[in-house]
Amino acid sequence: MSNIIKLKRGLDIQLLGAADKTLTKLPMAARYAVVPSDYIGVTPKLLVKVGDVVKAGTPLFFDKNNPAVLFVSPVGGVVEAVNRGDKRKILEVVVTPATIQEYEQFEIKDLAKLSRQEVVNTLLNSGLWSMLIQRPFGVIANLSDLPKAIFVSSFDTAPLAADLNYVLEGELKNLQKGIDVLKKLTEGKVNLSLLAGKEGSFADLKGVEKHTFSGAHPAGNIGVQIHNIDPINKGEVVWTIDIQNLAIVGKLFSTGKVDMTKKIALTGSELKEPKYVSLITGAAIDSVITVNDCKQPNVRIVKGDALSGTTVCKEGYFAPYSNQITVIPEGDNYELFGWAMPRFQKFSVSRSYFSWLMPSKKYALDTNLNGGERPFILSGLYEKYLPMDIYPVYLIKAILANDIDKMENLGIYEVIEEDLALCEFVDPSKTEMQQILRDGITAMIKELS
Amino acid sequence: MKELRNFVDKIKPNFEKGGKFSKLHSTFDAFETFLFVPNTVTNKGAHIRDCIDMKRVMIVVVLALMPALLFGMYNVGLQHFRAFGDVAAASDILGCFWFGLLKVLPIIIVSYVVGLGIEFAFAQSRGHELSEGFLVSGMLIPLVMPVDVPLWMVAVSTAFAVIIGKEVFGGSGMNIFNPALLARAFVFFAYTPFISGEKVWVADITSSNGQGLVDGFSGATPLTAISEAATAGAKSFDWGTLPMDSLIGTIPGSIGETSFIAIMLGAAILLYTGIASWKIMLSVFAGGYLMGLLFNVIGGDVYMDMPAYYHLLLGGFAFGAVFMATDPVSSAQTCVGKYIYGFLIGVIAVLTRVVNPGYPEGMMLSILLLNALAPLIDHYVVEANIRRRNRRMKTAK
Repeated sequence: MSNIIKLKRGLDIQLLGAADKTLTKLPMAARYAVVPSDYIGVTPKLLVKVGDVVKAGTPLFFDKNNPAVLFVSPVGGVVEAVNRGDKRKILEVVVTPATIQEYEQFEIKDLAKLSRQEVVNTLLNSGLWSMLIQRPFGVIANLSDLPKAIFVSSFDTAPLAADLNYVLEGELKNLQKGIDVLKKLTEGKVNLSLLAGKEGSFADLKGVEKHTFSGAHPAGNIGVQIHNIDPINKGEVVWTIDIQNLAIVGKLFSTGKVDMTKKIALTGSELKEPKYVSLITGAAIDSVITVNDCKQPNVRIVKGDALSGTTVCKEGYFAPYSNQITVIPEGDNYELFGWAMPRFQKFSVSRSYFSWLMPSKKYALDTNLNGGERPFILSGLYEKYLPMDIYPVYLIKAILANDIDKMENLGIYEVIEEDLALCEFVDPSKTEMQQILRDGITAMIKELS
Repeated sequence: MKELRNFVDKIKPNFEKGGKFSKLHSTFDAFETFLFVPNTVTNKGAHIRDCIDMKRVMIVVVLALMPALLFGMYNVGLQHFRAFGDVAAASDILGCFWFGLLKVLPIIIVSYVVGLGIEFAFAQSRGHELSEGFLVSGMLIPLVMPVDVPLWMVAVSTAFAVIIGKEVFGGSGMNIFNPALLARAFVFFAYTPFISGEKVWVADITSSNGQGLVDGFSGATPLTAISEAATAGAKSFDWGTLPMDSLIGTIPGSIGETSFIAIMLGAAILLYTGIASWKIMLSVFAGGYLMGLLFNVIGGDVYMDMPAYYHLLLGGFAFGAVFMATDPVSSAQTCVGKYIYGFLIGVIAVLTRVVNPGYPEGMMLSILLLNALAPLIDHYVVEANIRRRNRRMKTAK
């Protein structure tokens, strides 16, 4: 057994609405869509038109900047609409599923005999290349890179996150296959992080370098894990993949089909019955959660977790990289003298409130900003929630000053938005740290290209 | 509550862009957000947020200043009645407090009115929301003033501190120096003959021209007395009840700085809530104490031989360590930096006191000096982080 990497910094925000471990298999949704904005930096070029018949795995569009990277339909059916926004920007490509699902059949060969290039080609053609995320920057892996290593996390510590052991029950064979695929892609190691005490069946996976972690959120963030296993230096590239997507990749190499069925956690204080459901990525949100599932109408639906997920409207679609949906109350109400009140129903890491006295109490936190935006005033607070050797405020200030050298020196290659989400959560100055960081990363990408 | 909200909603359009009073938007916003936490929801990034905000942070600091303020008011009365030989009045705690309240309240009001007025004007001209920083500064300024300070001096120094100390740098969060200390320093240097005398520390001595004072009265603060004794080459100094008096705070001095116990109550609040850095507080005291010990070893005059812990009790040392040095904006920001910053404040404060007879109190200048050096300290700490990262890169290759 390898040593446990103990992360002391971090915070588990106790929210109400953890998913019950009961699985509901959802019926086919009325609509599915691939949403280009789910993929950072992708400019879509259509390959289909409205009315085309597609199978699961048929490419719908490709990335203009990387034409080999295809994005495929998650289901078989008919292209119903291409919704566009300002300047004809493609917002979503909608597919109405057929009653009988047909799959594109990809050629399967013995993995051991395939070359790296053949593996790459299969991933590209099946659209599953987009599941490979590179660090730095958290964008889709660049074809021309040979990654130093590949990292997979087997646990998620975000608020109300899905229990990946539960979600991937019975998927061990696919995961193993997926790992064998990853080993073809890198000459370095394939690393798997485990949560101490909750390794589950992931401990049985072979051919990977295992690392055991303990600690509060963000211990489950892949960026934090990489930093503590083998940090990324300037000029280095590593790849990561969500473990449920890894199982999908494994399934492709066993069956030759793109089957984007996932189990996800429906969570949040405003759901009547938080539970696990199985669905196909891209499913319309209104087929997953309806008004009747919520305790009240004024809610925010987030694809992903409450710290770093994205808001999705009821007409939106489930995203490819997340394993949960969170439903929390909107906080668009006024609170008389709120800042002076004891606020027993709200959570704070500050001891000027009382939540620290009730460490096991769970909260129904809403989306109120709880204050106004201010310049950075407090110091020493943010570092406590980032288990990395990085000064978050100095990095953020470097980004605000658009100082590329400083950003590089202060570690921008090692973080993406989710890693600073807790800093943003605790910030009394209410700075938009995740957005600032993404802007910095975009500036960095531009600088390097 | 509903009615109040409705009323605010009704008058709000007048202060919006294009409204009748749109020039008072920041002011209106400040009052509105004071009454109601706004209905702003998160837009980007984390959907849920900690319920702490700057108002809460600042109000806790103001709360932490209350023991020092309340005791300071009492002490103002006590020192006054003692100086004028009114033993009966001096033993009446409420009477002393009432006397002090009437003396101190005008100073507080002037400080807030002048400071907030300027802050409102700057916030409006920049189109910003009003920052809460001055809620604390406005309370700190009266507490570091001598009680007999003329109100116009308070006004001028507050204006100087807010404009030159804070707004020219871009407002709260951008300032280099602690605004309250800057106000104190301004009074000290601009009106030296007035402030460095022995008369300003007890209420009404200046105006009474010394009439009616008890025989042998000296309004000097203990630090001045010790400093003078040391300069005069005295072989010994009668400490008397001084250590106990300064622990409780019944000595002449700036309004809020005399009572070690009251200040420690404030420190307890700040440390319990985690709003002030214990690293800075601890290292200031450590620095001062160790420097005191060092002087003990050297010895030579009464000041050097003074027991080291007296330094921590006397003058503005404790007040500076707890409330001034820990100002999060002007102090060092990095963890290691905070230890260095605090330690040096303690060392230099005691050094100034003992070695430089011109300045009986070294705390103010020491903190201001380290305020100026804090970015440099942080720079080297952050550079070390960068070097670690670069070294990692070299070993990786």
